[in-house]
Amino acid sequence: MTKIFKHRLVLPIAALVALILVNTISRPSFVSITVRDGQLYGSVIDILRNSAPLMLVALGMTIVIATRGIDLSVGALMAVSGAVALTIIDGSGSPDSPATLGIAIAAGVTVTLIFGAWNGFLVSVLGIQPIIATLVLMLAGRGIALLITGGFITTVTSTPYKFMSQGYLLGLPFAFYVSVVAIVLVALIQRRTALGVLTESVGINPEASRLAGVRSRGIVWGAYAVSGLLAGFAGILYSSNIMAADANAAGQYIELDAILAVVLGGTSLMGGKFSIAGTVIGVFTIQTLKSTITFLGVPPAVSPLFMAMVVVIVVLVQSQRVRNGASKLWATVSSRKEAEVAR
Amino acid sequence: MSAATSTRIPEGIGTRVRRFTSRRASWIPVFAALGILLALLLAGQAYFGNFLTPRVLSSLLLDNAYLLILAVGMTFVILTAGIDLSVGAVLAFTAIMGARMLSEGVPVVVVIPVMLIGGALIGLLIGVLIQFFDVQPFIASLAGMFAARGLAFLVSLSSIKVEDPAILWLQTKLFNIDGWYLSPTGVIALLVVAAGALVLQFTRFGRTIYAIGGNEQSARLMGLPVVRTKLLAYIICGTCAGLAGVVFTAYQGAGYPLNGIGTELDTIAAVVIGGTLLTGGSGFVLGSMIGVFVYGTIKTAISFLGAEQSWTRITIGALLLVFVVVQRVIVSRSSRR
Repeated sequence: MTKIFKHRLVLPIAALVALILVNTISRPSFVSITVRDGQLYGSVIDILRNSAPLMLVALGMTIVIATRGIDLSVGALMAVSGAVALTIIDGSGSPDSPATLGIAIAAGVTVTLIFGAWNGFLVSVLGIQPIIATLVLMLAGRGIALLITGGFITTVTSTPYKFMSQGYLLGLPFAFYVSVVAIVLVALIQRRTALGVLTESVGINPEASRLAGVRSRGIVWGAYAVSGLLAGFAGILYSSNIMAADANAAGQYIELDAILAVVLGGTSLMGGKFSIAGTVIGVFTIQTLKSTITFLGVPPAVSPLFMAMVVVIVVLVQSQRVRNGASKLWATVSSRKEAEVAR
Repeated sequence: MSAATSTRIPEGIGTRVRRFTSRRASWIPVFAALGILLALLLAGQAYFGNFLTPRVLSSLLLDNAYLLILAVGMTFVILTAGIDLSVGAVLAFTAIMGARMLSEGVPVVVVIPVMLIGGALIGLLIGVLIQFFDVQPFIASLAGMFAARGLAFLVSLSSIKVEDPAILWLQTKLFNIDGWYLSPTGVIALLVVAAGALVLQFTRFGRTIYAIGGNEQSARLMGLPVVRTKLLAYIICGTCAGLAGVVFTAYQGAGYPLNGIGTELDTIAAVVIGGTLLTGGSGFVLGSMIGVFVYGTIKTAISFLGAEQSWTRITIGALLLVFVVVQRVIVSRSSRR
C-alpha cells in the first residue's frame, strides 16, 4: 500500500498499459511507426487521430458529470453541427476559401453552443433531471439534423475542410493538435482558476455550495454549454473525416463511449471530484480497445459484446476498490450509498 | 400536504378539484397525457377527416403492441427510480434468437419460453450489477444493452425469416368486431398492461416498488424486501423485453439483429409522457399505455401527412419537454420534502 498505488489514476493507466501490451504481443507492428514524406504513420498515430472527436466530447462530459449531471445529447449535437457546416459549404460558391470555412465552422458550433445552453437552462434553471433534459435533444437533435440536410447525406469537396481531420502538421495528424488544444484549454480553465474547485463543490453538494455563496446555477449552465460547444467541434471533425454530414451515423453511441471514458478515468458518475487526465487516458483506452477489436479480426458487429465485458469489468473493479478501501464501514455505508445511487 | 386542504372555504367544485389535485397529484400528468392524446386524435380527425376510424385506432394498438409491453416493464423499473437502457437490444436479441431456433426446427412451445427466459436473465444480470455491485442503473443497463446487442449479432448477422404458423398466427389472426380489429398480439399487450396495473396497485410487491421509489432508505428501515423487489423489477423488465421480442417477431415475420435501435429511448419517452416520474415512486402503468398511444398517434399522423419520419422524433422530443416541465411544476408544488 504505497502512495503510488493509492493514486486514483493507477488503475486507468494500468488498464491502458495492459491493453497496449496485449496489442504489442499479439501483433508487434502495433507500436511501429513509419515515416513517409515527413509524416508519421502507424496504429498508434491512427488512435491519436481517430480519438479526437471522442476526446472533445469526453472532456465536455467530464465537466457535466462533475456537476452531478449527464449529457446524452452530444451525439445528436455532433450530427447537427456537421449538418449545419456542410450545408453552408455546400451552398457557397467557393468551398475552398478560408472565409467560407470559418463561417461554416462558426455557424456549426454556435448552433450546438445554443443547444448546450438550452440543456443547461433546463437543468439549472428549471431543475429538470439531467438524463431527461438532455434526452429531449438526443431524440429531437437527429431529426433537426435530418431537416437541415433535407433528409440526404450532404457531401462536399473542400480541401481545407478535409485537412482538419485528415491533414498532417509537423508530422502529426492535425486532429491530434485539436484534441491537445482542447485538453490544455479545459485543464487550464478548470485547474488554474477556481472554476474546477467550484465545479467539484457543486457536484458534491449543490445546496451546500449555494449556501456557501457559489453560483451553482451559472456553473451548471456553463458546463452544459461547454459540452455542447465541444460536441459541435467534434461534429465538425467527424464530418471532415468522412466529408459528409450523415445525420443518422454521426456520433452514434458516442455519448455512451464518452461516459465510459469518463468513468474509466476514475470520475464518479455521482459528481464531484473529476480528473481530466483520467478522461484523456479513458479516451485512449477506448480508442485502443476499438482498434484492438478491429485488428483481432473480430466482426465489428460483435464488438458490443466486448464493450459490455469492459463495462462490467470496470464497474466491478471500481466497486471492489470501494470494498477494499472501506471494508469495515461497508455494512453501514452501503445502505446509504445505494440510497444515493437510486437518487 | 398543501394549504388547500386545511383552509375552511365552503365546499365547492373549486375546492374539491384543488383537494383532488393536492391529494392525487401523481394522477395529474396521466390526465394531462390523456388530454393530449384526445386533442391529437381530434386534431387528426379535423385535419384528415378519416383519422378516427376503427381501422386506424385498431392499428394504433396492433402496431405498437411491442412498445406497450416494453413500456409496462420499463414502468416497473422507473418506479424504483432506476432506468433500463437495454430493452431495445434485448428485444432484438430474443427476436433473432427465436427466429434462429424456429428456423432450425425447434418447436414453438420451447422457443417462446426460452425467449422470455433469455430476457429475464439479462434483466437479472443488470439487477445484480445494480444491487450487489453498487453500479448505477444507467451504466449497468448500458452493459446489458451492449451484451444483448452483441449476442444478437453472434446469433446471426442477417435477417432470418420466420415461417412458423403459430408465431405468425399471433399477428395475422384478426378478430373483427364491427370493423375493429384485434390480433392476439394486441390481446397479449392489453393483458400485460392489465397484469402490470393490478400487480402495482394491489399486491405487496407492487406497493413495495412504490415505497422504494419514494425513498429507498425508508423502505429498507421499514423492513421491506428492497433487494428482492428491485431485482424482480429488472427481471420483469427483461421478461417484458423478451415478450416484446416474441410480439415483434410475429409483427415483422422475421428476426433482425439491428431491430430496436433507439427503442429504449422511445419507451422511456412514452413512460415519461404517461406521467411516471423518473425520480421514482410516482406513476402508473395505465399512464404508460396512454404515453405509448400518444407516440403511436404522432407516428400515424406523420405518416398520414406524408412528412419525413424525422418529425416523429422532433415531436416526441418536444412533447417530452412539455411533460417534463409540467411534471417539474407539479412536483415542486405538491411535495415540499
